[in-house]
Amino acid sequence: MTDTLAPEPKAEPTMPRLGQPAPEFEAITTDGVIRLADYRDRWLILFSHPADFTPVCTTEFIAFAEIYPELQRRGVELLGLSIDSVYSHIAWLRNIDEKMGVHVPFPIIADLDKKVATLYGMIQPAESKTEASRCVFFIDPKGILRAMIYYPLTTGRNMAEILRVVDALQLNDAAKVATPANWVPGAEVLLPAPATAEMAELRMAEHLPGTRDWYLTRKAAPVPEAEKV
Amino acid sequence: MPCLNPDGTLSPTARRILGALPETASPEAVSAEVLALETGLPLFRVRASVREALNGGLVVEQAGLLRRTALADDLLAKSEVAAER
Repeated sequence: MTDTLAPEPKAEPTMPRLGQPAPEFEAITTDGVIRLADYRDRWLILFSHPADFTPVCTTEFIAFAEIYPELQRRGVELLGLSIDSVYSHIAWLRNIDEKMGVHVPFPIIADLDKKVATLYGMIQPAESKTEASRCVFFIDPKGILRAMIYYPLTTGRNMAEILRVVDALQLNDAAKVATPANWVPGAEVLLPAPATAEMAELRMAEHLPGTRDWYLTRKAAPVPEAEKV
Repeated sequence: MPCLNPDGTLSPTARRILGALPETASPEAVSAEVLALETGLPLFRVRASVREALNGGLVVEQAGLLRRTALADDLLAKSEVAAER
């Protein structure tokens, strides 16, 4: 026996969890002070970038601006974040507009005190202690974190994948189906696996054409309400 | 979206939002959702601006419905005069 106590665990930055409410925040942005709650009833993609006036981030902001109309059609807002000042953000956005001819139509959080970045685990210390990694958080209209993707500093994000995730999540909610690997809008979807032995029995008894076994049934993509005649 | 410019005048967004709100004396009041539709501004921008306007005494809220105050009427009138000059 010894009187020596085990060392206190070190306080680690928090990591958000899927299916839980996204951490609430109030932050200074290029559009003034914004709270996460201001986005309630809309989908929100909160994303971080390492720094203003850097090459990969600039290409990403142009790409995010390009998909913004597509996101708007899906009821999704965009909110960027980096550990830079609001003046740096304003100067960078004006520079992108002037030099690249692209207007960035969404706000960016100036997270100089790293409050939001820490809440969302955006700082990956092995990569950088002073910059946020390329994180993407998909937050639903009820404020629940539904998906997140983390990319390293070196690797620009894929906008087609971001749109695909939005489409998949919205279809999951609307039609209560899951989406298989490499799913794209319009492709076959999956029925959720039966959760009990009795439901598995029932699934097999249905003799659905897309059933490969009790846990794997494909079906045609549901027709969106707007396209039904 | 800050409502007030550093010189105390209304920002363009504030003018749009306050201009779409019922006047102080009106018995009408509208929700942030209706305000977003009427102004064409995204809902998050309206909510953020309304919060600031509430703190600045430009808007009053009752049961989630909004109406502008006499101070807002006054600042709006001053902006219109300035715009005419």
